[in-house]
Amino acid sequence: MNDPEPLPTRDELIRRRQRSRSIVTALLLFALVVLFYAISIAKML
Amino acid sequence: MTSAAPSAAVIPADWRDFLALTKPRVMTLVVFTGLCGLLAARGHLHPVLAFTAVLCIALGAGAAGALNQWYEADLDSKMKRTRGRPLPAGRMERQSALHFGVGLACFSVILMGLAVNVLAAAILTASILFYVVIYTVWLKRRTPQNIVIGGAAGAFPPLIGWAAATGHVAALPLLLFLIVFLWTPPHFWALSLFVNSDYAAAGVPMMSVVAGARSTRLQALLYSLPMAAAAIAPWPLGLTGAIYGVSSVLLNVLFLLLAARVGFSRTTEPKLMKAERQLFAYSILYLFALFAALVVDRMVLA
Repeated sequence: MNDPEPLPTRDELIRRRQRSRSIVTALLLFALVVLFYAISIAKML
Repeated sequence: MTSAAPSAAVIPADWRDFLALTKPRVMTLVVFTGLCGLLAARGHLHPVLAFTAVLCIALGAGAAGALNQWYEADLDSKMKRTRGRPLPAGRMERQSALHFGVGLACFSVILMGLAVNVLAAAILTASILFYVVIYTVWLKRRTPQNIVIGGAAGAFPPLIGWAAATGHVAALPLLLFLIVFLWTPPHFWALSLFVNSDYAAAGVPMMSVVAGARSTRLQALLYSLPMAAAAIAPWPLGLTGAIYGVSSVLLNVLFLLLAARVGFSRTTEPKLMKAERQLFAYSILYLFALFAALVVDRMVLA
């Protein structure tokens, strides 16, 4: 029988949140770079 | 520079809570009507710029939603429907919501102005300010007409979409604005009838709380009449063809029938308010279908 997963400690929760927010921020920044590049090309046409 | 140990720090809000702050479900309708305004305009906007315009409309709506939740955190905590939101549930600091909302609003307007055009950016600014300042801060807690006047905030997206595509405003987008503006009272009053106790507990002077259910039902029905007239008007005015015209007539007849059922109902028990729930659900479908018919019609005519 599997033991239930222990609840994360406060520090673990903070680290987890920071990590997920960093990943989402990085993805959004990458998407914006692509968008700004595409806008620049579209405005030139 | 010192860095605080994690255990001494406040638990940062989850990114999903920031997403929830933008009211994604409300945003769907805003984005859809904005997109339809853009497509119906039949302008010559590059697809990338069209995508940017719709993105800016979505971000602007998200910013307005975040600022609304920042200002109304106290009200939200008193209502069953909203107490699970990030701020009343204590999952996020108020200041984070304020910074997020202001940042998103500025970003959406600047991007719209630089990438699309200044007119679309100006209308987007007006819509955000209208929702946050006129509706949220000024009207919502003061008058039962909050929804009537505040409805203008949700009516801007098709106008923004049209302005983004053409750089100007014409009769049809103004009619689209009018349709959403007149649609808002029956839509929200149908909802307020069956969540009346929630609004009353929070002290929000919704029409159903201040004037009672009977008056609210009648007014919802009365507002549906000019709404139907505005929705059908583009056809006889020659702004659209028969596809939109026939669809609009059918959709409006059904809307008026449901509004009449609500208008003449005398149910007082929220759990038994089937007609009100039907009108609320149908009103969402109605707006989607009406705008979809408009786009199909304008594309076929083109």
